[in-house]
Amino acid sequence: MEGATQTETKIRAESGIESGPRGPGCSLRHFACEQNLLSRPDGSASFLQGDTSVLAGVYGPAEVKVSKEIFNKATLEVTLRPKIGLPGVAEKSRERLIRNTCEAVVLGALHPRTSITVVLQVVSDAGSLLACCLNAACMALVDAGVPMRALFCGVTCALDSDGNLLLDPTAKQEKEARAVLTFALDSVERKLLMSTTKGLYSDAELQQCLAAAQAASQHVFRFYRESLQRRYSKS
Amino acid sequence: MAEAAAVVAESLAGYRARAARAVLEQVVLPGEELLLPEQEDGEGPGGAGERPLRLNAGARSRRRVVCGPGLRRCGDRLLVTKCGRLRHKEPGSGNDGGVYWVDSQQKRYVPVKGDHVIGIVTAKSGDIFKVDVGGSEPASLSYLAFEGATKRNRPNVQVGDLIYGQFVVANKDMEPEMVCIDSCGRANGMGVIGQDGLLFKVTLGLIRRLLASDCEILQEVGKLYPLEIVFGMNGRIWVKAKTIQQTLILANILEACEHMTADQRKQIFSRLAES
Repeated sequence: MEGATQTETKIRAESGIESGPRGPGCSLRHFACEQNLLSRPDGSASFLQGDTSVLAGVYGPAEVKVSKEIFNKATLEVTLRPKIGLPGVAEKSRERLIRNTCEAVVLGALHPRTSITVVLQVVSDAGSLLACCLNAACMALVDAGVPMRALFCGVTCALDSDGNLLLDPTAKQEKEARAVLTFALDSVERKLLMSTTKGLYSDAELQQCLAAAQAASQHVFRFYRESLQRRYSKS
Repeated sequence: MAEAAAVVAESLAGYRARAARAVLEQVVLPGEELLLPEQEDGEGPGGAGERPLRLNAGARSRRRVVCGPGLRRCGDRLLVTKCGRLRHKEPGSGNDGGVYWVDSQQKRYVPVKGDHVIGIVTAKSGDIFKVDVGGSEPASLSYLAFEGATKRNRPNVQVGDLIYGQFVVANKDMEPEMVCIDSCGRANGMGVIGQDGLLFKVTLGLIRRLLASDCEILQEVGKLYPLEIVFGMNGRIWVKAKTIQQTLILANILEACEHMTADQRKQIFSRLAES
């Protein structure tokens, strides 16, 4: 497979196309995003990555219970609901990761003693779930008009037993991989906001995955920009 | 391989701030930094160099630029915090550099001093009313803040009434306070909103559009039926027409205005005018 002749992934909102064979290199699945689809939350977004789809709703800045209020910044709460069954420990840990990422980016100091709630619902899971949740949360926060210092995106890498790097793995690839790494990157300087990893990998491989994720995040941010420009061009 | 390397280099090349003037009326995203007109010259080797180098570079005129909603001051640049279109208003006179702001679409209201809003009275406690304005906490309204109200002559306000007032205190650190009189002590249209009518919610952007001086929607609606209408900057509109049916039609039209183009609107109005 000649990976060297891969073209850059062309990503268009609602009708993205894949770049080609999913060999080693920067190749992400088809993206789609829809904003403002729910009427009750202040902001909502649905993010699709291949077959993985997550729906996010944001409420805020809204009233907060006195027991949970923070005197100098907004209280950020994240709820992740799985597709079937009750939320368990895995959801709790993912909620925490998403919350830490959002707190690093949202300007909570502008709304002290309020609460900003992000509710995520998994519609279908076909690999790279955490990255899809991060992307959906970011789009929903932008839709709600919550002040942020940057945009953020999530990228998942998988290392298979041969040491090949796969971006945006499917569920099958994640299961067979030796290590799965998820990174959250910000839009201003592609800095690392959050990383969570599972499996066995070396130091050099970690740096390699991070570099690949940073390159891939550029596509995601370009997709965000196109998607938001399309939204504002309608009005 | 070379392509992949180039892609990585471009993505990690760091982020160049753009001139605010170059981005006017375009969609800006959170995280972008904008340069004000005075800072454009001498901005790095890749800069546009819009003004020639001056020998008396120290005598630059300092104009005061106002940072509106959606922008924050970050050093001597503007940091965009919300997604929307960047707008600029030239100053009327004097040494001002004008106002820059981001026009974003939002549903959630955040109290701002001086805004006129429609609130719903939720509680009466002692000398103040608690009014829900759609923000993160209820605003407080003193019973003396009505025209002609004294300690003996209390205003007739019940829980559940609609109030049209303006904010006198509204910042992130304090509970918002509103009043129903202006600075001269006159009501000026504010106070309890009368019986009947319908209160409904729209997005904040639609309210701003409807209240703009060049908006034709209101004039067309006025020609359709005689009506009373109150706009609150918190996204609430109260409308009252002669019959309930007309009121509902007006409410539906105003809600739908958000998504309709001008032609669709004219079609609907002409169809309603006929029937």
